[in-house]
Amino acid sequence: MRGNPQLNRNGELQHLLSLDGLPRDIVLQILDTAESFAGVTEREVKKVPLLRGKSVFNLFFEPSTRTRTTFEIAAKRLSADVINLNVGASSQTKGESLLDTVANLSAMQADLFVVRHASSGAPFLIARHVRPHEHVVNAGDGRHAHPTQGLLDLYTIRHYKKGFSGLTVAIVGDVLHSRVARSLIHGLGTLGVPEIRVIGPQTLLPPGVESLGVRAFSDMRAGLARADVIVMLRLQNERMGGALLPSAQEFNKYYGLTPEKLVLAKADAIVMHPGPMNRGVEIDSSVADGPHSVILPQVTFGIAVRMAVLSIIAGN
Amino acid sequence: MKLLIANCRVVDPESGRDKPGEVLIGDGRILALDAEAKSATAARRVDGGGLVLAPGLIDLSARLREPGFEYKATLESEMDAAVAGGVTSLACPPDTDPPLDEPGLVDMLRRRAKALERARLYPVGALSVKLKGEALTEMAELAEAGCVAFSQANTPIRDLRVLWRAFQYAATFGFPVWMRAEDPWLARGGVAHDGAIATRLGLAGIPSSAETIALGALLQLVRETGAHLHLCRLSTLGAVGQMRAAKAEGLPVSCDVSAHHVHLSEMDIGYFDANCRLEPPLRSQRDREALSRGLAEGTIDCMCSDHTPVDADGKQLPFGEAEPGATGLELLLPLALKWGQERGLSLADTLKRVTSAPARVLGVASGRLEIGAPADLILFDPQEPIHLTADRLKSQGKNTPFLGHELIGRVRTTLVAGNIVYQV
Repeated sequence: MRGNPQLNRNGELQHLLSLDGLPRDIVLQILDTAESFAGVTEREVKKVPLLRGKSVFNLFFEPSTRTRTTFEIAAKRLSADVINLNVGASSQTKGESLLDTVANLSAMQADLFVVRHASSGAPFLIARHVRPHEHVVNAGDGRHAHPTQGLLDLYTIRHYKKGFSGLTVAIVGDVLHSRVARSLIHGLGTLGVPEIRVIGPQTLLPPGVESLGVRAFSDMRAGLARADVIVMLRLQNERMGGALLPSAQEFNKYYGLTPEKLVLAKADAIVMHPGPMNRGVEIDSSVADGPHSVILPQVTFGIAVRMAVLSIIAGN
Repeated sequence: MKLLIANCRVVDPESGRDKPGEVLIGDGRILALDAEAKSATAARRVDGGGLVLAPGLIDLSARLREPGFEYKATLESEMDAAVAGGVTSLACPPDTDPPLDEPGLVDMLRRRAKALERARLYPVGALSVKLKGEALTEMAELAEAGCVAFSQANTPIRDLRVLWRAFQYAATFGFPVWMRAEDPWLARGGVAHDGAIATRLGLAGIPSSAETIALGALLQLVRETGAHLHLCRLSTLGAVGQMRAAKAEGLPVSCDVSAHHVHLSEMDIGYFDANCRLEPPLRSQRDREALSRGLAEGTIDCMCSDHTPVDADGKQLPFGEAEPGATGLELLLPLALKWGQERGLSLADTLKRVTSAPARVLGVASGRLEIGAPADLILFDPQEPIHLTADRLKSQGKNTPFLGHELIGRVRTTLVAGNIVYQV
């Protein structure tokens, strides 16, 4: 159980499971490779043969549209064969265990598994049990990690801010339940961002969140002051009206990104969101569609970043 | 037939005795020590080979998985594990299927255990019918069938009125109540300590207050009812402080900690090691240190294994979905010795927490080397290294965070009521 389960004996990327503990040079290698793929995605013929003959299994135990689709596009642009499995709807409901499902797919000669699962750590379990030539990419596990989202967020920040030194990044909303926030926090820390802030009511910040290397704010206005990057997190509807939050309206008033709060950040601040957005809850439409928003470019960059991850892993 | 065990280092945790000597046994009891033992006539003599001779271990919590969970372990496999680990008496919690809430069931379990002729079994009966926390069990009948105490195992009683009545009823007969302190609402959905590691790994947390708040309520009910309460598996620094105060106040309370919680913390979860999914959860380093110190100073009376065999299917799951628990019967002695070494305690003082102290909680005469006490004894080498692997374990449960670890203290011979029940 010791050692970094993502790296092979040569210290290369064997699986992508988390940005926590991922060495800086590998993070930069992924971002640089993604940049070289960005051109491909704008060409007339959007294909390169790097993964020709390889099978990528999209293994989604939890529903997803955007992540699954962008992984599929990324794999296809690398000329891989892509098999989409919506496992939630089949084997699991028949009582098959997670590892049995994986073993069966492994027998179908898979090369890469792209896994999403509702339980934190599920991709680690799978990575421990696949065969040596098989790779696992975490496409989101519980509240734990969403490393390709974290990487595309880093890519977006680097694209607009030309680097990471001296930046102040504010992450706002439901940090407690957010794998996106955890991955981004680790990535930003690895790349040396000096000021990472999380903003939210105490009910949505995990205990001891400072141990992740962030400053916690419950006052959004204070937290947004002089920020270069604002990352709004999705607030799921099921969190409303229970013990976590009284209402969407109150959340919007105190923690939603409105034009009035946005002016507290730097004039050239960018606004990001991993999607899907709840307009009028965590973000106002005028901000989501406004000049500071880079939410749609994030989606586009996501394809190049996932191409980079798949090609680097398959090459190791 | 009398038996003289000679040439050994005789350690009695109760008196603190630790010197070379001899022990004479007969009729299942200790008859004499040292010179008096040596002068006995017509005794068969065995050479202890310089090993430590001490009372057998008494484990306050070992799940044997029968009835109901025979695919995880059987009475036979776990009784084998017990004596291989030097455990000569064990209490089993009532969370079997069906739970131990009927005298017939308890009687059958005891008969089956007795027929195996290994460790002594002390069943802990269910405090409420089916452990549902609604209706009281027939405690007096269950006690007649052999239950030594009443407990809810890891299932809470949500309704404090029911708990209050259960304490009153148990107190009527002087039956001890064994409870884990955990508020079900605060613990709801949690799978790990609500701290730095849960935050990092994205695991749902159980706050320390789930234990301290529940413990506060339990102690208040002791004050109200006079029930004798044994607190099982403390896990937090705060609870150690509460127990210290409760004892100073003179309340009729005792408590234990699992060997895992004395040695491990949330850090050991590493990359989602499902063997570290335990109930209560492994907590912070500060909590672990407080438990270890509390056990040394006597605030915590004993260390138990909280033996919980889980099959591979129950552990080969994402952390939060994995079944909680760790195998422990064969680790209790090595983990006690490791703890004693770390705290700089004498061997007698160390062994006290797994022999005479739990004997007092159970109210039994074993756990000490006294004339007339049951001849439940072990011979072991306290220095002999053990490289822990799954095939070494006799328990059907191979689920332990200590796999691959180097431990010390190997049991060579175990006697129960003067009969050799294990020997290597």
